[in-house]
Amino acid sequence: MNLDIALWLSQDAITNGAVYALLAIALVLVYTVTRIIFVPQGEFISFAALSLASLQAGEVPGTVYLLIVGGVLVVVTDSLSLPRVVALQRLPGCLIRHMTLPLAAGGIAWCSAARPGNLWLQIVTTLVIVTPLGPIVYRLAFQPVANASVLVLLIVAVAVHYVLTGMGLVFFGGEGLRSQPYSSLSFKLGVLNVTAQSLLIVFASITLMAALWFVFERTLYGKALHATAINRVGAQLIGVSPSLSGRLSFTLAAFIAAVSGLLIAPITTVYYDTGFLISLKGFVGATVGGMVSYPMAAVGSLMVGFLEAGSSFWWSAFKDSIVFTLIVPVLLWRSFAAPHSKRDEGQ
Amino acid sequence: MRARLISALGLAALLYGGGASAQQITIGVTMGTTGPGASLGINYKNAFQLMPNAVGGVPVKYIILEDGSDPTAAAKNARQLVVEDHVDALMGAVSVPSTTQVALIANETKTPLIALSPVALPPQDLGWVFIVPQPVPLMMGAVVDDMKTRSIKTVGYIGFSDSWGDLVLKALKQNADPAGITIVDEERYARADTGVTGQIVKILVANPDAVVVGGSGTGGALPQIALRERGFKGPIYHNHGTVNREFIKVGGAPAEGAIAPTGPLIVAEELPDSHPVKAVAVDFDRRYEALFGAGSRNAFAGYSYDGFLLLQAAIPSALAKGKPGTPEFRAALRDALESGRSVIGTHGVYTQTATDHLGLDGRAVVLAVVDHGNWRLLKK
Repeated sequence: MNLDIALWLSQDAITNGAVYALLAIALVLVYTVTRIIFVPQGEFISFAALSLASLQAGEVPGTVYLLIVGGVLVVVTDSLSLPRVVALQRLPGCLIRHMTLPLAAGGIAWCSAARPGNLWLQIVTTLVIVTPLGPIVYRLAFQPVANASVLVLLIVAVAVHYVLTGMGLVFFGGEGLRSQPYSSLSFKLGVLNVTAQSLLIVFASITLMAALWFVFERTLYGKALHATAINRVGAQLIGVSPSLSGRLSFTLAAFIAAVSGLLIAPITTVYYDTGFLISLKGFVGATVGGMVSYPMAAVGSLMVGFLEAGSSFWWSAFKDSIVFTLIVPVLLWRSFAAPHSKRDEGQ
Repeated sequence: MRARLISALGLAALLYGGGASAQQITIGVTMGTTGPGASLGINYKNAFQLMPNAVGGVPVKYIILEDGSDPTAAAKNARQLVVEDHVDALMGAVSVPSTTQVALIANETKTPLIALSPVALPPQDLGWVFIVPQPVPLMMGAVVDDMKTRSIKTVGYIGFSDSWGDLVLKALKQNADPAGITIVDEERYARADTGVTGQIVKILVANPDAVVVGGSGTGGALPQIALRERGFKGPIYHNHGTVNREFIKVGGAPAEGAIAPTGPLIVAEELPDSHPVKAVAVDFDRRYEALFGAGSRNAFAGYSYDGFLLLQAAIPSALAKGKPGTPEFRAALRDALESGRSVIGTHGVYTQTATDHLGLDGRAVVLAVVDHGNWRLLKK
């Protein structure tokens, strides 16, 4: 082990850690606002990476159909929850609200698949397809049980994870895909061969975190989310709709997962079930912050990145065991350090 | 649902026909086309569309159940097929653990099993089990032979951190040790990893002449790309689990020059006309690709098809000794399977005897290389 190797491993650790940090932050966001452990996050990563790869292969990804069917289901559930007369009156508005985006995404995907060379169009298309899946999943799976216990929400989240994984297999097949690199640029920095790709990951990650901070501190919607996270009942009393904050947090989380998927798509082979393991590492990072602290979640994720890089060099056979064992001392430390509060049990 | 319907029909046939005229051979299959084995399972299952509906004038019915790549579900399916559907032979499954579970049930219920993946049982416990795929040591033997011609002395290994990674490493060692080739570094990675930088750096530090990758399918692309990006110039060998077109699609330019052992059907057209397998393999490839698209040929569909060919060769003599659906027929089928006749398949020439339930030789291996985006026969 010399300095060169340490530098190489650090570069790898920071690149991976940046991705985990994004995911950890999305997990914290969803958990604090809705008390849901966002297990299906991994599927959004896979969906984004694989949708991008299919678009580059000139195919319309299956996720588009999922989006359209999801939109229809939301319209149906919304209508069924109202008396028939009211539902019929509101149907046009409901259709416009929930079907415009899916149908537009379908149109864009179709255009994009016909132009396999246009990278920016592909990226935008992927984001437009994957992000709206977040609120749709919230509306269909979680909103009906929004007040259930944390355990019930976790079980629903696991169920959604399995359903989406199965759909990924149907849409994209069992073999992995890899998208074309955004840039093959690289330059020498001492012994390091820094690729534009890894810089892009770190840059995108920092930008997104800054943007999230801005949303929370400076916008009304962000403050509503923040308020819900601090005190759900209190937020409801001052007029913050729990279903709105749920949908909003899922939109943000799906967007973050989609960006992460886009970032890793060209550096690794993504399978229909790859996302789960990646988001699990984000989850380990998030537990370092006790699932409530954003900066600690980011720090924890970087730690996971370094631990992973180090163990893949020294004991690659036990790499994942080492990374996931980290959660044990962290949980011990947290449960000794922080007094157990009633709020953790989820009202 | 379907299985229940079929067993209901079977019961009806038993009641009304007394079984006298309703002679039909039933083959029960458990396969995982979802779950972790999905990418292989889908190919295994596709091949059943090419199989005829009658052998020796007797109709053949295939009952294919899904096990989600789960060994427990595979075992449950196998028992259901034997107990409820009274199958004459079993086929399956997608992975070593699943197939091993099915093998235990095949032995217990005295039902011949055509194992479509290797089985983790010692040869003396293969009583009713006949294995189709080439044993891993046979495949890695071809790799080590190629290393010898290139005077390679040191090898680095990077493989999946699962039983497949273990199997390939063990087979590599078994062949490399007598050849005087040392394995200087052993690394592991997982299919879902986002990178293998740490492992590759360590291999480069050990500076081997060649690297062997123990991954499968597109999973083999990650180390291949990382090695080439980090400037590794030596040959990179894979295993037969990696040979499919998706590997090349994912691997792109860095995949060029990757070498892997495989069954002859992958490069059937390029084989010399004297190769015993050529005619069968070319015919299979043509029919398979007509259904599933150009370039869709793969080893796994070939295993399913070879499994059928083994049964097809054995069924006529078993029919002479017993009626399908009876224990006598199953016993006769097993005797016929291990009678030592040579069956030409898409992967090789199978000569299975009472003591050898694998029965493949060097004719079942060729080395393929990625050349201009295609798997081509490696010219010696």
